[in-house]
Amino acid sequence: MNLDTLIFIISAVVAVFGGTMMIAQRNPVLSVMYLILSLVAQAVLYVQLGALFLGAILIIVYSGAILVLFLFVIMLLNLRGTEDLGHGSQPISRFTKFVLSILFVFELIAVVKTGFIRSESPIGMMTTVAEDFGSVKAVATLLFTKYVYPFELAGILLLAAIVGAVVMTRDSQRGDSLRIGSAPDSQAPDIEQETGGEQ
Amino acid sequence: MVEIIIAAGIKVIFVLAAVLTGCAYATYMERKVVGHLQHRIGPSYAGPYGLLQPIADAVKLMFKEDIVPDKVERATFALAPLVSFIPALLTFAVVPFGKDNTVFGYDVKMVLSDLNIGILFVFAITSLGVYGIVLAGWSSGSKYSLMGGIRSSAQMISYEVSYGLSIIGVLLIANTLSLRELVEQQASDSIWFFSNWFIFKQPLGCLLYVTCAIAETNRLPFDLPEAESELVAGYHTEYSSMRFAMFFIGEYANMIAVSAVGATLFCGGWQGPFVNEIPFIGIFWLALKVFVFMFVYIWLRGTLPRFRYDQLMNFGWKVLLPLALLNTMVTGLFVVMGWF
Repeated sequence: MNLDTLIFIISAVVAVFGGTMMIAQRNPVLSVMYLILSLVAQAVLYVQLGALFLGAILIIVYSGAILVLFLFVIMLLNLRGTEDLGHGSQPISRFTKFVLSILFVFELIAVVKTGFIRSESPIGMMTTVAEDFGSVKAVATLLFTKYVYPFELAGILLLAAIVGAVVMTRDSQRGDSLRIGSAPDSQAPDIEQETGGEQ
Repeated sequence: MVEIIIAAGIKVIFVLAAVLTGCAYATYMERKVVGHLQHRIGPSYAGPYGLLQPIADAVKLMFKEDIVPDKVERATFALAPLVSFIPALLTFAVVPFGKDNTVFGYDVKMVLSDLNIGILFVFAITSLGVYGIVLAGWSSGSKYSLMGGIRSSAQMISYEVSYGLSIIGVLLIANTLSLRELVEQQASDSIWFFSNWFIFKQPLGCLLYVTCAIAETNRLPFDLPEAESELVAGYHTEYSSMRFAMFFIGEYANMIAVSAVGATLFCGGWQGPFVNEIPFIGIFWLALKVFVFMFVYIWLRGTLPRFRYDQLMNFGWKVLLPLALLNTMVTGLFVVMGWF
């Protein structure tokens, strides 16, 4: 077993473990932590494929920014995993989930077995990729030539979302003051008072 | 194979030892400099000029009782100091600290890992550091800690945008993400050895970088997460003994890390006079530049009062971000027109 295979197996197991524990956790903060673990392991997989840029971006965007926001919201609501998170699911829904999951597993196995994914090299744990796969230059060239319109449209969509968020956080009563925090009956009044002070 | 591992191991041990010693003496430097800024003399009992003070502090922290309050979430409480400490050290994996040398017949690269996306690695790792503070604040089960954690996450998200944008100018000019190439492009043979430093092409970028770096490391005047007059000690209120020490060392390691990256990006890294003549002098130049950055940090701490929370947010979003965007735009224009 060479070093590449070893690294692949370790990071793949960690990624799947993180993903599973994320769902299995009752505590929302720990869920987020397991998701981060899974993302970091995925970044290692990217790096192993030679796509250093994609790996770094995965960590910067997801672990560094989006999941911090998740944590921020969880902490604002002060969820501690002790609240009643709803009743256990009904038997029929539990049965459906179980059957569907099994079906997906079989589908995955079938896809891999029948070679549905066209590939030059035999399907194994490591496949060969293009020389500049995932490099800064390759990604940028595709983004700004072939996919320039979808890319710019996505930018406009994000801008619209930002404007929408700004509009929604404005308090109609007080005009221009910004409020970070949730409804007045939020569980964390101290925090709202702290962050939603006068502008 | 074995040789590579041994060589890498030696380098890692060397860098870790240097950084941790640096952290220890950064605390001494901070106390001395702030002391003199405030007309005191700072630590002076342990050893000559108080030089053994960091060792005394370390021993004291190690022998203190580790108190874990009742209401903490134990797993996260134990994890948080590690999460804040380790990323700070990982940054040094990509910072080049000298010209490549030959030692005992081996070619030694004076960098732990020469990644071609080095600077992105730094930012990826730095962005993970916030979890330490956030988790500490959340898991402590204390409202002061929680407040510190929430402030910290809001502050870091806000300043990370400008932090990232502040270096885009340098990257545009240099056309590379590799820290080694960035340093090489700042070399100069003339008597004005600093003439090619990016700080002269990117003065605004450098200013923005330093400002955002202070905010990212939660130092005064941006130390809202631990504002002692409002939040006792913020996110590490409930920590004691070695767990507290880890936060403490992590903060100084972070300061040294952003100083080293700043020196590499804007002040030529290990470049300086005689780098081609005297081997290993690059380490000295880098250390000197880091020292200057650290002094500025401490100087600012001793000079400026803390921001109010709304001022902090206003400053981040309404001043720094537009300036960073402007800097990126102007630099882009210059690069396209070929004026650099």
